[in-house]
Amino acid sequence: MAGQDRVIVAPGDTLPDDVQGKEPYVIDIGGKKVATVVGLLDLRGEKPNFIPLLHVYVPKPGDVVIGLVSSIGVMNWFVDINSPYAAVLTAQDFLGRPYNPLTDDLTRYLKVGDYIKAKVVAFDRSRNPLLTVNGEGLGKITEGKIVEIQPAKVPRVIGKKKSMLNMLESETGCQIFVAVNGRIHILCPNKDLESIMVLAIKMIEREAHTVGLTERVQKYIQELKKIKGIGEA
Amino acid sequence: MGGKAQVRLIDEFGRRHDGRLPEEMRPVRMQVGVLDNSDGSAIVEYGKTKVIAAVYGPREPVQRFMVLPDRALLRVRYHMAPFSTWERKSPAPSRREVELSKVIREAFEDIVLVKLFPRTTIDVFIEVLQADGGTRTAAVTAASLALADAGIPMKALVAGVAVGKIDGVLVLDVDEIEDGSGEADLPVAAAPDIGKITLFQLNGVLTEEELSKAMDMALSAIRQLVELEKKALKEKYAFSREVRSE
Repeated sequence: MAGQDRVIVAPGDTLPDDVQGKEPYVIDIGGKKVATVVGLLDLRGEKPNFIPLLHVYVPKPGDVVIGLVSSIGVMNWFVDINSPYAAVLTAQDFLGRPYNPLTDDLTRYLKVGDYIKAKVVAFDRSRNPLLTVNGEGLGKITEGKIVEIQPAKVPRVIGKKKSMLNMLESETGCQIFVAVNGRIHILCPNKDLESIMVLAIKMIEREAHTVGLTERVQKYIQELKKIKGIGEA
Repeated sequence: MGGKAQVRLIDEFGRRHDGRLPEEMRPVRMQVGVLDNSDGSAIVEYGKTKVIAAVYGPREPVQRFMVLPDRALLRVRYHMAPFSTWERKSPAPSRREVELSKVIREAFEDIVLVKLFPRTTIDVFIEVLQADGGTRTAAVTAASLALADAGIPMKALVAGVAVGKIDGVLVLDVDEIEDGSGEADLPVAAAPDIGKITLFQLNGVLTEEELSKAMDMALSAIRQLVELEKKALKEKYAFSREVRSE
């Protein structure tokens, strides 16, 4: 069960008055701080900290996300970004030039089912998020694999000062890009390492709320590598 | 079954037909995360009553005209499976099911923080797998757990329970037999953490004193149910922790 220093809390549970937590997950009801989602109350620091274990991804301008093209409009693509709102990527933005639907065809560039790495330019409560692919490393994803996790578990895949990410990269030799919307792009030297990586990420998602996870994941990867016969050298 | 055999609802020792005391609930079981394809799900059992709930969303509404510009639209579908009752129930939504869908939705409208997700819908599907009285209250409990399991921010957990009156005695958590032959039925749902009653219906007649006592009984049972809900939610996370720390 949960130890004394980290406690799992449920919606409606009262939290300490000096708790650190973001607005929709910790709210004020009648002068009391109340959790609104299942989360972890970390009592180890100077001030108690509330970490949500579940949340719904709501885009913010500036977020770099991995999107899945879900449908094609006349002048734009509709992109699923693992959030309640479908994002829009305009043809003009993607092509970097004016687009004429009479002479050109959008399916030549992006088809339904393609993954893209894009940045959220604008989003407010009245309009769907607008994406751009102008920027370093943004655009269509042509190789590698996408792994999807709960967006609330993203910080755990990165770890404190990128500890988890660095460990994953050095153990497997894969390149990893973690998008805030819970999609992870991995680019590995071979298929075996790729499947090890997927298993490791799924393990992090499953056990995100536990202590000493980085070491356990490292051990797990090393075991899997041994089974697959991937060199110790 | 289904025959109208006369059962003594309360015996000379004050016990009910199934051996419970008036203020005793049926055995309760709750489990979250029972369906993989939904965003959140839960199964709740009050004795022989079994209800499963699944939550999808917040998501883009299926029909555009439904959207609300300032908040998420909460949609609740309460449905009884054809095999849930003694006699086959037509799967078409009945008047009763439409009404219960509405009252259950209203039990959550002030609990779920719908303003966080404008122009979306949150769909709650509730399926009664086995009906033995108290399905609407079990449905509220299951829906509350499924919403929490989906990670949708809510002010507090909600649970429901019904109080009935049989042979002049107030009894907690009425089952099918008691409901059918009782004198009154009072389903209540509440969020004790924030002190709100979110569902309140009364079928039959209760005096003012009886109503007040019935409410006390219901609210104290609901407090216990909410504790069980929290336990069920926490168990989902405690399990993997124990496994790994062997």
